[in-house]
Amino acid sequence: MKTILLIGDPNVGKSVLFSRLMGVDVIASNYPGTTVDYLKGRMNLHGEPVEILDAPGTYSLEATNKAEEVAVSLLDQADVIVNVVDATSLERCLLLTVELLEKRKPVIVALNMWDEAQHLGIHIDVRELENILQVPVVPTVAITAEGIKELVRRLDEARISERPRLEGEDQVWTEVGHIVRKVQSVAHRHHSVWDRLSDATVQSGTGWLTALGVLFALFWLVRLVGEGIIRYGVEPVFDLYRLPVAALSGWLGPGFLHDVLVGTLINGKVDYVQSMGILTTGLFVPFGMVLPYIIAFYLALALLEDSGYLPRLATVTDNVFHKLGLHGHGIIPVLLGLGCNVPGVLAARTLETRKQRFIAATLVSVTVPCMAQSAMIFGVLGHYGARYILLVYGTLSAVFILLGLVLNKTAHGECPELFLDIPPYRRPSLLAVTKKTWMRVRWFVAEAVPFLFLGVVVVNILNALGIIEHLARHVAPFMQCWFGLPGAAVPALLAGFLRKDLAVGMLVPLALSPAQLTIAVTVLTLYFPCVAAFAILLKELGVKDMLKAALAMILTALLVGGILRLVLM
Amino acid sequence: MNEQSLALLKQGDTATIIALHGGCGFQHRVRSVGLKEGKLLRMVAKHHFAGPLVVEVERRHITIGRGMAQKIIVARAL
Repeated sequence: MKTILLIGDPNVGKSVLFSRLMGVDVIASNYPGTTVDYLKGRMNLHGEPVEILDAPGTYSLEATNKAEEVAVSLLDQADVIVNVVDATSLERCLLLTVELLEKRKPVIVALNMWDEAQHLGIHIDVRELENILQVPVVPTVAITAEGIKELVRRLDEARISERPRLEGEDQVWTEVGHIVRKVQSVAHRHHSVWDRLSDATVQSGTGWLTALGVLFALFWLVRLVGEGIIRYGVEPVFDLYRLPVAALSGWLGPGFLHDVLVGTLINGKVDYVQSMGILTTGLFVPFGMVLPYIIAFYLALALLEDSGYLPRLATVTDNVFHKLGLHGHGIIPVLLGLGCNVPGVLAARTLETRKQRFIAATLVSVTVPCMAQSAMIFGVLGHYGARYILLVYGTLSAVFILLGLVLNKTAHGECPELFLDIPPYRRPSLLAVTKKTWMRVRWFVAEAVPFLFLGVVVVNILNALGIIEHLARHVAPFMQCWFGLPGAAVPALLAGFLRKDLAVGMLVPLALSPAQLTIAVTVLTLYFPCVAAFAILLKELGVKDMLKAALAMILTALLVGGILRLVLM
Repeated sequence: MNEQSLALLKQGDTATIIALHGGCGFQHRVRSVGLKEGKLLRMVAKHHFAGPLVVEVERRHITIGRGMAQKIIVARAL
């Protein structure tokens, strides 16, 4: 089967073009031996199946990071190269184009963002460019699918350029300059109001205001969409599900199996949050409480990424993150971690140095509440008003900063400076956003939900066997004097090792005071992440650094819980 | 000529890149995002506390740390 490789600079609309070419049959693959993912899919080309690879963005074949190395090594697998070029940044993109032509493989150039270039008064002589490069050049607008058919029709025309070879980097740059002068003319354009607004979003004062506004809007959207999914999607389904569960409960009768599968009946009925059965709470918590917000969150994140705002957010927040031993890029693991800590910790890989990766992974797993933890915070404290919820999030933010400052001082290593290319603001493509969201949600269901489910199984069995109760008796005196929590809350804290979100069902029936609940919830969020996040932490950091991270977690949880107790009670 | 390092430009200043200092890797990295000798740039933003700079070159914005900016020599337009 023929393999077609899409390759181009970052932010040239390559992924949108890819999703235009592909159906739903797309998989993210991990490049062997690296931490970089690329997309792979199949399409029918003139009745013949072909494989399409979407390489990570790269400015040049002289790779300067892991992602670029992967892009370069994918070249070997390619039979045909589709070089995606941003028509609004021709000069910069041509460096890669000229380098690709030297590889002596069939190349076709997609001159993407064609509409935007025209809008900016950039005229490119496509015929002349074809003549110079000696390969087909097709103007495209991936976001509206304009030119895609033409691109597919002309894929067969991709050919090996017979241009003379260039020697050394200087010659390549000179050649790029020549080509641009011959084919491109730019009409002079004044700084518009829109440009000024765009500038304001990266400047100090206005940039921070924008950042706060955008983050607020992000969480408002997550709530709106999440609640919408629950009201119109999840609740009706779980209401219908009550009947078979009640029937099963009656048929099983009281006993061990009933306790494990259905759980405890509350007032003679199944309570999805508090019953704790595998088939009741075990299904409801991951699918009814966590998944709707995960979907909403990934949707909002995809919008944030595809609009081009993310690098601006990284620029504005760089100052703060630098003090914590990270740089502006550190915002990405944090944002992802708000959905699920596992991809958050994985995203720490994209940071340059070991010190940065350690700090980011530790901060995410200790202080960033994932959706399951947020569901717990809202579930437990929701009735007592926004005050306590804000107190928990405020505490977590303060701990994030303080722990970061401490780790930056104590961890060895460097933290390099931020260097980012900021793409223009763009209207996100509905298609690309939907696909991105879908792929991440699918990942969550396949990789994280089994852990959520397993957590309930283990907690239930430990509970039914009386092991949790036994342990609780031993730890209770300490918990009582340090956190000011009653002995009855200890099982919830212990079960939290496996599943934070289960703690809601275990804490709610205890009739604790709001202050006690605030302490319990904060401690639960701070100390060990769920089993899945823990496994990833071990894998990413290695045993030694993972133990350091675990030590930071325990100390933080004890310290913060103790301080909250002094302040609140 | 008003030759100075990029890090010394003020917000709103425009200047032409004259030379790149630093190693090959550094030079390659900054050139490949469009910061090349002879290019005109504009200082869009300077963040406080030795924070990053944002420059515009060829209609694109680029965020760059102060240390890196010090290795880029520019001539300020008067």
